[in-house]
Amino acid sequence: MTLDLFLQHLSNGISLGSLYALIAIGYTMVYGVLRLINFAHGDIFMMATYFAFFGIVTFRIPWFITFPLVLVLTAALGMTVEAVAYRPIREAPKISILISAIGASFFLENLTIVLFGGVPKPFPAPTLFTDVVQVGTVAIQKLTFYIPIVTVLSLLALLYLINKTKTGMAMRAVSMDQETARVMGININHTIAFTFGLGSFLAAVGGIMWGMKFPQIQPLMGVIPGLKCFIAAVIGGIGNIGGAVIGGFILGIGEIMLVAFLPNLTGYRDAFAFVLLILILLSKPTGILGEKTAEKV
Amino acid sequence: MKRRTIFYLLLIVLLVLAGSGCTKKESNVIKIGVFEPITGANAAGGQLEVEGIKLANKLYPEVLGKKVELVIADNKSDKVEAATAAARLVEKDKVTAIIGSWGSSLSMAAGDIVKQGKVPTVGASCTNPLVTAGNDFYFRVCFIDPFQGTVMANYAYSKLNAKKAAIIQEINNDYAVGLAKFFMDSFKALTGDQEAIVAVANYNTGDQDFSAQLTNVKAQNPDVIFAPGNFTESALIISQARKLGIDCPFIGGDTWETQEFLDIGQEAVEGVVFSTFFATETPITAESAKFIKAYRDEYNKEPAAVAALGYDAYILILDALKRANTTDRVKLRDEIAKTKNFEGAAGIITLDANGDAVKNAVIKVVKAQKFTYLDTIAPQ
Repeated sequence: MTLDLFLQHLSNGISLGSLYALIAIGYTMVYGVLRLINFAHGDIFMMATYFAFFGIVTFRIPWFITFPLVLVLTAALGMTVEAVAYRPIREAPKISILISAIGASFFLENLTIVLFGGVPKPFPAPTLFTDVVQVGTVAIQKLTFYIPIVTVLSLLALLYLINKTKTGMAMRAVSMDQETARVMGININHTIAFTFGLGSFLAAVGGIMWGMKFPQIQPLMGVIPGLKCFIAAVIGGIGNIGGAVIGGFILGIGEIMLVAFLPNLTGYRDAFAFVLLILILLSKPTGILGEKTAEKV
Repeated sequence: MKRRTIFYLLLIVLLVLAGSGCTKKESNVIKIGVFEPITGANAAGGQLEVEGIKLANKLYPEVLGKKVELVIADNKSDKVEAATAAARLVEKDKVTAIIGSWGSSLSMAAGDIVKQGKVPTVGASCTNPLVTAGNDFYFRVCFIDPFQGTVMANYAYSKLNAKKAAIIQEINNDYAVGLAKFFMDSFKALTGDQEAIVAVANYNTGDQDFSAQLTNVKAQNPDVIFAPGNFTESALIISQARKLGIDCPFIGGDTWETQEFLDIGQEAVEGVVFSTFFATETPITAESAKFIKAYRDEYNKEPAAVAALGYDAYILILDALKRANTTDRVKLRDEIAKTKNFEGAAGIITLDANGDAVKNAVIKVVKAQKFTYLDTIAPQ
């Protein structure tokens, strides 16, 4: 394999990995605060791409207005899911909430099929982002540069929010002990709703980026990315935001390299992610950064 | 809390009722099952076939003095769901015959079920030879992949002057793998070069990132890329290939002829060439003209080849019912097997010993975001 070829593969891997990382951040943050694996995360991500589709294609709103609108709408959707599916059973055993999360996920998928149909739709990606630049012999989509930047910016903003602001402090308090936090005068409902809103906001950012990179949307598109990003979050240490980014990159680059170096195993690409999950759970269940519990949120 | 529980219970009861409201038994109705992907990755293809079938049902609503009722079962583009959907048609709905499915893998998943249930089934556009092989109850109104693969290999060799070809195939799709194999055999024979296939890359249904496979293919520098597979993935592959700077021609099979292929691929799919069954530019029979006009009136768009085939499958079953003069499934099967020189919308149908139709292939190209007729190839 020549150096050029390897660099092309590496750029593909970084691009895919940063997308995984971006979606995994929201996943892991919700877990960090609530100890709840939000299985509907992938479907909220899917809804975001549909919102963008309707904004740009149906209502012909320019993308720079549609995208912020999508972020807000998706955050509202996340809060609604929380209020309907999780809040009423917050005191119930963890397993009930988990089942409710799976139910919410199926509900969103099937609702989309009923409302928008099962046929894939094209995602209206602005060419500003999808143009290609040539670096030597390596062809790189502009998006390949933007996605890691967006991922890192989201990561920094999130870390700042959680560690330096009052809301972030409330989130950390809720993650440690909900009862005590309530006694201290923290509004638990608001804090949890905000966490979901924020998580869904990040899912929407991921959804827009995903839609621009793979311009095809359909009701079940969130399932595999949702699972992959869950795996990325576990690899990095679930609940740890920095870990989710590392996990996302490991998974994305690993997948591309698997296909690049062992083309015969391409069919096992998704299996690779799950094998990785099993290996991590067997050898280091807390993930790569999982032990730094202080940074839990 | 209690009131809410009651509300949810009522909701469930209503949904169940809505789902089962139309299954009462009537003897003056002949039920024909429509076994197609209405949701999932193949939905666009499946829905086109359903459009053709519904149109045929509208034009020919009665046979043997009875009304024909379509029972639509969604196989969800999934092999496991396909088996369930077929079993439902055979056991619960007790249909007289079945039409479908778009996608050879889905059709093959139903093979044993229709064989054991003795329900004659007519595939519209499933082209893998194994769908009908060894199955007395499965027929189809389209040609099969050994022919289609040869047609495209010929096109690549003689029209594109290609000496080296690369394959990108949907590895868990029997249609794509079969078609790729027949293409490779044929292309190697034409070039007389056992090394003429320089790269074979695989992907799974539902994959969205093909950058690694395409980077490997690009390194081999092929003259042409043959990429049989589902239309959505194929459109993404071609657009990602163009972005990686691969500029050689892409050619494919009949599954590409859906509006979604154009919508997702946009300018990237301009100039791609594929084989299919039928073109509105060259109506073959009187039935073609009737179909094309009715389809345009009904749906306000140009009919795709698979819609014509769905239409043909329906009228072929009705014709056999007339000849059998009974709804007995085994007698119906025997009559379908005898179909000869039957005039369908997508050509004259004569079923061979395997239950496959022998007919011409049409080659189309994407020009200005439209599928445009290029050539007709007759079987040897």
